[in-house]
Amino acid sequence: MKARVTVTLKNGVLDPQGKAIEGALRSLGVAGVESVRQGKVFDVELSVKDKPAAEAALKNACEKLLANTVIENYRVEVIG
Amino acid sequence: MKSAVVVFPGSNREGDVARAIELTSGRKSEMVWHADTSLPKGTDLVVLPGGFSYGDYLRCGAIAARAPIMDAVREHANKGGLVLGICNGFQILCESGLLPGVLARNAKLKFMCREVYLRIERSDTPWSRRYNAGAVIKVPVAHGEGNYLADAETIARLEGEGRVLFRYVSPEGKLDPAWNYNGATNAIAGIMSEKLNVLGLMPHPENHVDPAVGPTDGRGFFESIKAALEAA
Repeated sequence: MKARVTVTLKNGVLDPQGKAIEGALRSLGVAGVESVRQGKVFDVELSVKDKPAAEAALKNACEKLLANTVIENYRVEVIG
Repeated sequence: MKSAVVVFPGSNREGDVARAIELTSGRKSEMVWHADTSLPKGTDLVVLPGGFSYGDYLRCGAIAARAPIMDAVREHANKGGLVLGICNGFQILCESGLLPGVLARNAKLKFMCREVYLRIERSDTPWSRRYNAGAVIKVPVAHGEGNYLADAETIARLEGEGRVLFRYVSPEGKLDPAWNYNGATNAIAGIMSEKLNVLGLMPHPENHVDPAVGPTDGRGFFESIKAALEAA
């Protein structure tokens, strides 16, 4: 199965990289950008065949390693 | 004083810290590989040195914090043994849960490689008994992710329990945002565990110990550890 894990900074956590990107977009004249927050995407292939098992494995992966839950949130999407 | 320095792929300050320990204690450190599962018998002090373990992939210190040796380091800490994490070692301690909080990207995004002034908040710890409380020392820093963050409750607890040992200050020892280069909460440069036996700090006292190289403000740090272990 294929899945995508998205890890983003929690609201209120300072994101200097996002701010720098936001500033760069503004100086490039990209219209309408209000704010940018940077995160990470992990595309994962799993050997398990059913969706609940894949979700459970990825939740475990996020809690153990992929996200630092002190400052980050994560979202798991099993694509199938 | 028997010390073990843990070497991860990408550590690069293990030699500096081992040299500082030898200069101040007269005893050589043992190098311990990250894939080992036990510490040398009789280890008093475990050091997680600075560097870029695992290339800082994923998050600084995240992968090293899950290395096989870390179970033995955790056990040593739980028994009250001294554990010191410098720079990347501090990041590893936070990622492993041995210390609370995280070290986020420096607020101004710049990698900082310079000397900073640190105020030593208390002298009654194994790490600082050779300094006076309130003393200001000058030591180098070299990091891109040293902005200490934690939730408000954790910060209040650290402050309330006197677990902040080092802060970035002006040369006169005053708190001033201009001297808090990485934007750390409350200008925190180093914190201790509840029992004070685990310390993480971003600056490098191990680089200011030899008069042949420059200032020696970091010597007292290693002399403190030696004195604490001899007194134990």
